[in-house]
Amino acid sequence: MASKAQTISRSAAAIDKARAEGRAALIGYLPAGYPSVEETIAAGIALAENGADLIEIGIPYSDPVMDGQVIQAATTEALAKGFSVRQVFDVVAGITSKTDAAVLVMTYWNPVVRMGVDEFSRRLSEAGGAGLITPDLIPDEAAEWMEASDKYGLDRVFLVAPSSTTERMQRTVDASRGFVYAVSIMGVTGARTSVSTAAKDVVAAAHAVGAERVCVGLGVCNAGQVREIAAYAEGVIVGTALVAAIRDGGVEAVAALTKDLSTGLTRETGLTREEA
Amino acid sequence: MADAPSGNADNKAVEAFLQGGSLKHAPGPYFGSFGGRWMPESLIAAVDELEETFDKAKDDPEFRAQVADLNKNYSGRPSLLTEAKRFSTHAGGVRIFLKREDLNHTGSHKINNVLGQALLAKRMGKTRVIAETGAGQHGVASATAAALMGLECVVYMGAEDCRRQALNVARMELLGATVIPVTSGSQTLKDAINDALRDWVANVDNTHYLLGTAAGAHPFPAMVRYFHEVIGEEARAQILDQEGRLPDAVCACIGGGSNAIGIFHGFLDDPSVKIYGFEAGGDGMETGRHAATITLGKPGVLHGARSYLMQDDDGQTIESHSISAGLDYPGVGPEHSYLSDIGRVSYEPITDREAMEAFRLLCRTEGIIPAIESAHALAGAIKVGQRMAEEAAAIGGAAQDKIVIVNLSGRGDKDVATAAEWFDLLDKDSAEAEIGKEGEQL
Repeated sequence: MASKAQTISRSAAAIDKARAEGRAALIGYLPAGYPSVEETIAAGIALAENGADLIEIGIPYSDPVMDGQVIQAATTEALAKGFSVRQVFDVVAGITSKTDAAVLVMTYWNPVVRMGVDEFSRRLSEAGGAGLITPDLIPDEAAEWMEASDKYGLDRVFLVAPSSTTERMQRTVDASRGFVYAVSIMGVTGARTSVSTAAKDVVAAAHAVGAERVCVGLGVCNAGQVREIAAYAEGVIVGTALVAAIRDGGVEAVAALTKDLSTGLTRETGLTREEA
Repeated sequence: MADAPSGNADNKAVEAFLQGGSLKHAPGPYFGSFGGRWMPESLIAAVDELEETFDKAKDDPEFRAQVADLNKNYSGRPSLLTEAKRFSTHAGGVRIFLKREDLNHTGSHKINNVLGQALLAKRMGKTRVIAETGAGQHGVASATAAALMGLECVVYMGAEDCRRQALNVARMELLGATVIPVTSGSQTLKDAINDALRDWVANVDNTHYLLGTAAGAHPFPAMVRYFHEVIGEEARAQILDQEGRLPDAVCACIGGGSNAIGIFHGFLDDPSVKIYGFEAGGDGMETGRHAATITLGKPGVLHGARSYLMQDDDGQTIESHSISAGLDYPGVGPEHSYLSDIGRVSYEPITDREAMEAFRLLCRTEGIIPAIESAHALAGAIKVGQRMAEEAAAIGGAAQDKIVIVNLSGRGDKDVATAAEWFDLLDKDSAEAEIGKEGEQL
């Protein structure tokens, strides 16, 4: 089942397409409903049209323990404006109907539990979603999600961290489908001036236990950092910088930042990881 | 008169359940379908380390001796078991005994847990502890333990709570702690926990998160209970010593549920003892402004555990409300959710008004000012006592043959301003009345 599903992974296909072009994949994050559902869709399309290979749509949640202040402020505002979880499917459908980008949903686990894991998965699949990124769900607690993601052919992106032991790294890589999300530092989301050296070690550790696609997130905000990570990871995830862009300059700013970030994707050596 | 409780299935049912084994010392991570570790991967190594350290420590005679020594010579344990004779006449005439956690150093049961966890932090080589606090009780207790053991202490506290509880902020600072006002989300206890978790992720190498209640990811629920089990063990031995028999009922208040799980634990395997947990009913169940998590919540995951949770149809956490800051939390420890589901413990709501009446009653009948948290347990005990008296009368028995133990989890010095406002005892031109007015608007 897992290997069959692997072949239909939309996230993996998007990353592999970038790899075939000799570059890393760019993954952009936007919170659904910020500043409005319509603008999230427009910004998602702008991401895809300006160089993002995958799009990560966050569900605003009351208790986002892995998020720093910029994303918290945005999701708190979306909730205050009345965002409801089911609107995330409208966002996903709105983007997938206009672009070829793989669209994943990033969500804390309780909103999924509340709707029902199977029901949530079915609706995400119907909306054209590729899968879920789950910052507070570890494979140990994911039996229900493993089953639903197999049933609906969805990717399940778990996180690995600098603190993950080899044993946990193995377990997480084995449970993941599409790619593995490598947390670059011990901390929460937010732009940082430099990417920690821990990121490279986490990616190497994930590769060592068999991960084929590892994407790095947390703290990445400019093309220079993208270039640095593109040298050793299959994908680069940018969140806070894009949220700040849509906050300050709307969809146009998202487009401009995405275009700039994508200039960092090409590996300077021109070699793929296997060749390097 | 309230309806008969849904839990506390008749004794035969509990006996039958217990034949399958003991309910005591449940090790986690799961309590039935509750508990677990719904946490970011970044923190799993830390909870693994904590679990390993705790498992070793509790089997280590040296650690147990350290805890016992601190309990006796620092906290002042064992705490008394005091019969409340004049109060009892208001509870149908059953005999009510108070487990006096209010007499511990720092004035509540909280000290049991913080001393144990601070010792574990030292064992792990951590130099810094962080804690969340609502009104400041757990923050003060954490700052106390940190001062005693030479650890750096940072306390996260909602910005509004910092303003309303300025004296507790001063207490923590006197004890050497740093208090960080939390301005994110709803700026309440749950957001203080969120910010403490964010701090922990970033500083896990040198920092222990000294969680204040029997909730959170494994091993916290089982570990916090372990440090509070002394309450129930003492109470059980004391009532056997003083009266030669077990009580008919045990009552405690429940926010996250640490004082309750501590005293319940001593009696879980005694089928003849009915156990009651009293949640904060706030303005009343019908108003939506309450903290009755088990009574009206639905299972969900928050702060690391699957448990009952106050949440909306989207799974967003709903803000809780209670006059008692210590009970004002939209979640509850997972072991309580389990004990509710299997019918071993009955959980019922007590409104602010009921709690404050019991608060004043204890002051005037026994000369003891209880914490408003504990007043919820007292109000519940009045209902339980009255029900027991009716039941006894129906079969020709006497109420005074019934014994109820109430966990008096803390003293009410911290609540004098709130109580003075509630009972309108302040001169309206006084500074305290001004503060109270501002509190009312919040």
